Amino acid sequence: MGSMASAKIVALPMVDKHSDPEPAVAAVKPVAVEVSAAETATSANAPIAASEFPVPEPEVVPRVSLTQVLRNLLAKVTRDRIITAALACISIGALFLFWYLGTKYRFEFYIRFKNVPTPYEVYQQLTQVGLSNKYLFNIAISVRRILMGFFIAMAIGVPLGLAIGKYQRVRDLFMPVVEVLRPIPAIAWVPMSIMLWPNNEASIVYITFIGAFFPILLNTIHGVHSLDGVLIRAARCLGASEFRLFLNVILPGSLPHIFTGLAVGMGVAWVSLIAAEMISGQFGVGYFTWEAYSLVDYPAIVLGMITIGFLGLACSGIIRMVGSLLMPWLAFAPGGKR
Amino acid sequence: MTMAVAEAQTNKGFIDVRDLGVTFGANDNKVVAVENVSLNVQPGEFVSLIGPSGCGKSTLLSIVAGFVKPTLGEAKLDGKAITKPGSDRGVVFQQYSLFPWLSVRKNVEFGLKMAGVDQSKRNTTARALLDLAGLLSFENHYPDQLSGGMKQRIGIVRALATSPQVLLMDEPFGALDTQTRVVMQEILTNIWQQFKISVLFITHDIEESIFLSDRIYVMTARPGRIKAEIKVPLPRPRRAEMTDTPEFMNLVQELKGLIREESLAAMAPEIKDRGLSGFGMKVGPKGVGEIF
Repeated sequence: MGSMASAKIVALPMVDKHSDPEPAVAAVKPVAVEVSAAETATSANAPIAASEFPVPEPEVVPRVSLTQVLRNLLAKVTRDRIITAALACISIGALFLFWYLGTKYRFEFYIRFKNVPTPYEVYQQLTQVGLSNKYLFNIAISVRRILMGFFIAMAIGVPLGLAIGKYQRVRDLFMPVVEVLRPIPAIAWVPMSIMLWPNNEASIVYITFIGAFFPILLNTIHGVHSLDGVLIRAARCLGASEFRLFLNVILPGSLPHIFTGLAVGMGVAWVSLIAAEMISGQFGVGYFTWEAYSLVDYPAIVLGMITIGFLGLACSGIIRMVGSLLMPWLAFAPGGKR
Repeated sequence: MTMAVAEAQTNKGFIDVRDLGVTFGANDNKVVAVENVSLNVQPGEFVSLIGPSGCGKSTLLSIVAGFVKPTLGEAKLDGKAITKPGSDRGVVFQQYSLFPWLSVRKNVEFGLKMAGVDQSKRNTTARALLDLAGLLSFENHYPDQLSGGMKQRIGIVRALATSPQVLLMDEPFGALDTQTRVVMQEILTNIWQQFKISVLFITHDIEESIFLSDRIYVMTARPGRIKAEIKVPLPRPRRAEMTDTPEFMNLVQELKGLIREESLAAMAPEIKDRGLSGFGMKVGPKGVGEIF
């Protein structure tokens, strides 16, 4: 342990070898004020020897207190979680109860439950028709359209957003057209899209793309703008070239906002997709739902709606999961613990 | 390679600022931030720049760092004009400037990574530096998990990782509490003595500047000029107890006198302009009540 402290001096890249190592030992002492008392003791007792030790050994820090704290925290959280889960059950349960009672007694008070299928009818629909090939095929088609539209939007939106956020001239060039096109809802693109694209599939993917693109782009731009300028200056001082600055500072720094954009974009993409499928589509869950209405197959309508809800939930869940995997530091950010 | 750098270090790191002038804005709202400033930092010397707030000391540091181009005059490092930021000048900022998405060790490695140093070498250097800062056990933590003093210590060693010739520090301990500040000052003097690096240190804290420096430049209120240059004859290594010696006290008194004049000069126009409204109240045509 003693020789470790002297290794600290030797391993440094620019220590003057003519200098007296004594102050180096002294250097470690005041530092220990914030560290543990054990460390102070080892540093202070270090003999002054200039032996070759390339790397200081990794110090094993006793984490007992930390786990203790975590355990206490966990105990607290589980109690909170029980209440949270209970409230969630009540919330969902109330919805089903309202639906059940409404359909059972055929409520008629401005809104009409006359033709609304009961929960059981919908469940039957799921078990009988629901798992048929037609149903699954429709889901697969919708998911494919979403993924294509969304990933194209991401592939264009994120790099363009970074460039617009960083360079004034790129901003001057692209922002006017963005501002003009952005207020047009994706659904309003349906007729134009059918004219523009050679086939139905491409036009639906295009509408999905339009829906996802603007939230992703604008949030990425916002991410670059909200990046603390001192981080860019720090990176420059540390010798970062323009390209490396982009890759190592601007991109990771804007990542939280980019993910907000992806989550919002995914939501809008689903809205746009379902609308497009209902209007111009062939296949897809939106088409499935609208077709059920045309065929007066009421339970299938509700099944379609629930399916859309689950797919949307799954997609945003995946984005959130990828986000927390890519940005583990956010758990410690101020205000990041929810 | 590391030893070669250490050898070269001994007579490098000479900052020479000549007749510097900085003007912000154009024609009508022109502000002269710094005027006719000449100063130097000898290789291995610790020099502080002290003055009232808004006197342009940070501007001066930004020029030496390469963020701002001077309107007049020039700043040189070892005879070469400074035109842009570079890893030959380590900078420690007042705000915490660690990258929140990188672990503590990756933060320290950042400059080396930019220089294309390979992973294992980066790792070795970063760990050695973190050990020096007493924070090796936190190498895998994220900056947001650390206290302000810890962050600033990492900021210092991160700036040192690329073996710069000079260290530029812009009120690095300004955001810290008094206790942490005193400890940080001792740590800094120790690091500085080991590295034999030139330091240009900006502060508005008189005791801090005396405790740390070989020489102190006092700046005037805006437009910032050099008002005085004071040598600090206190012996090295400096210890916290020295702050109680008469020599130290005398220097404090001398600097206080110089700074006070300038602080008053800096505040005078504001006090005159605002008059009664200078206490945060907005006086409109209807009187003070307007804000309600």
